[in-house]
Amino acid sequence: MKICVLVKEVPDAAVEKRIDPSTGRLDRSGERNLNPYDTHAIEAAMQIREGGSDVEEIVAVTMGPESAVRALHKAVSLGADRSVHLSDDSLAGSDVAATGYALAKTLQRESPDLVLLGQQSDDGECYTIGAVVADHLQMPSLTQVIKLDVEDGAKLRCERQAEYGYDTVSVEMPAVISVGDAINEPRYPSLKAIMGAKKKPLDAVAAGDVGIESDHVGEAGSQVQCGDFKPPPEKAGGEIIEDEDTDETVEKIVAWLDERKLL
Amino acid sequence: MAVATDLIAKTDEQKAITEMVRQFADEKILPNAEHYDHEDEFPAPIVEQMKDLGLFGVTIPEEYGGMGLDLTTYAMIVEELSRGWISISGIVNTHFIGSYLLMKFGTEEQKQKYLARMATGEIRAAFSLSEPECGSDVQAIKTTARKLDGAYEINGQKMWVTNGLLSSLVFVLVKTDPSAEPKYKGMTCFIAEKEPGVSENSGEYAGFTVPPKIKKLGYKGVESTELVFDGYRCPAENILGGEEAGLGQGFVQMMDALEVGRVNVAARGVGIAQRALELALRYSQERKAFGKEIAQHQAIQFKLADMATQVEAARLLTLRAARLKDAGERSDLEAGMAKLFASEAGRFCVEESLRIHGGYGYSKEYEVERLYRDAPLLLIGEGTSEIQRMVIGRKLLQRHKI
Repeated sequence: MKICVLVKEVPDAAVEKRIDPSTGRLDRSGERNLNPYDTHAIEAAMQIREGGSDVEEIVAVTMGPESAVRALHKAVSLGADRSVHLSDDSLAGSDVAATGYALAKTLQRESPDLVLLGQQSDDGECYTIGAVVADHLQMPSLTQVIKLDVEDGAKLRCERQAEYGYDTVSVEMPAVISVGDAINEPRYPSLKAIMGAKKKPLDAVAAGDVGIESDHVGEAGSQVQCGDFKPPPEKAGGEIIEDEDTDETVEKIVAWLDERKLL
Repeated sequence: MAVATDLIAKTDEQKAITEMVRQFADEKILPNAEHYDHEDEFPAPIVEQMKDLGLFGVTIPEEYGGMGLDLTTYAMIVEELSRGWISISGIVNTHFIGSYLLMKFGTEEQKQKYLARMATGEIRAAFSLSEPECGSDVQAIKTTARKLDGAYEINGQKMWVTNGLLSSLVFVLVKTDPSAEPKYKGMTCFIAEKEPGVSENSGEYAGFTVPPKIKKLGYKGVESTELVFDGYRCPAENILGGEEAGLGQGFVQMMDALEVGRVNVAARGVGIAQRALELALRYSQERKAFGKEIAQHQAIQFKLADMATQVEAARLLTLRAARLKDAGERSDLEAGMAKLFASEAGRFCVEESLRIHGGYGYSKEYEVERLYRDAPLLLIGEGTSEIQRMVIGRKLLQRHKI
């Protein structure tokens, strides 16, 4: 079995998110790191391998600028055998649909039996890239998976987080599965794995190398129009009720809730 | 225009390593430190994970199964571990000094015999200079080793041995020639082997006793012990560097190791100071007094400003000393300055943080109470502040003799 894991370089969680007023897009400057959700996807791949399935290769795949190489190094330090870096100026400004198309084209060259990815990225938080990729690859797609078992070497039995409890779903491979952070606890990369990360093969590819049609990607190939994005308004201060007489305080709180039809 | 940031710049690998260790400290050390501190219990599960991560072989060369990383990277790791809990860095610290002694002075046989197992953490090392009646005055030690039937018989008592019980090797400084003048020429470092975790050793290690661990103000979880040698027989080949080359060299070897040890303690000072600052920054923005967050009061802001300045200066001094050593340049003065400043910065920052926490800082409910008990260790271990000042003063005069 060959597993490809889609990974993404995102702004570090400690960096406050903001809209860049000059572009109207998310400001992705500052410290960056591998998307934390993707580390769960890599761990899931490692656990499939360690669970006894015949996993011949785990390949980390990303699309992003030159700096995204660091995210790939982290991915291989966490266990991937090699990585593929799709990078091309023509891809800048791609929306989710265009990015999904470009990733699918890159994955086609790898012919994976299973594509894993984090259910959301820490920056855009669209939750949709897995479904877009699956559509292009004509594979079944499951999102928000929190348990994953390989059955008979060709099928996956997944538990998918639902609003109440979870759904158990069985899918045939090849498939595209996005995982939630409840699926596992990712391991720490050992010093040896970190120091060896640069020695693992990294395949840098441009849009043309994987047959991406230039009018399907980049700003021109994207349907999303960035409008007048603004940061969300700051939360109001709330109302503080001083507790002088508890009976009275309870009455006040009940009245407040009742007024807002919350009872 | 480019800004020179050599001191704090990190390579990709150093970034990845410090990120990993910081995450490990956040997820595995910090949430558990209170328990182990309170029980004064060895944090065995954390140490096991550290072995898997390779943290016991950071500076040991690759040919012996280590990572072969430099002192600078090691200092960055120690800062992050100490930010979690200085006892964790203490478990690695004496091991690091032991491996340094072997790498620099050991014979090939000694390296082959110990380093590979040390790199994985399978065996851990301690080192020992102090005695009940002397610490700073190393040349006043009384423990002796006398050659009898081809082996050396060690007699005497050692004090303040971090990892004294659970280590398998103790690099111990003793007198082999009590009449030597100057005294330091009669001192030798032995690699004393023993059974880890055993108090009364027997068989080939008979005569090596580890009394119950010393109860301490802080720095709990990692044991500090006495060592009692009563007719313990150590083979001549266990003299660090071999009998021929190593006899009488112990003092010089140990002083050399203490120089890197000072960078190590400095890094621990930076780590604990950094943590104290983080806690103060958080608490001062949560706690309110006189109608606003206390962080909005200038009195508190001044404290935060002084703390952050101390942390940054301590970090820069530490990294500079480490980088000089890595470059093969003289760094004795710099290591002494880093150790002095960073350990004092640790003490200063934990006290300021405790004051900012007010009454809660004095309660066991808050982490800063532990930091306040832990920080003084660094003022004393591996050379007190007073000894550092003596060393710095002497070196200054040596370098600027008129």
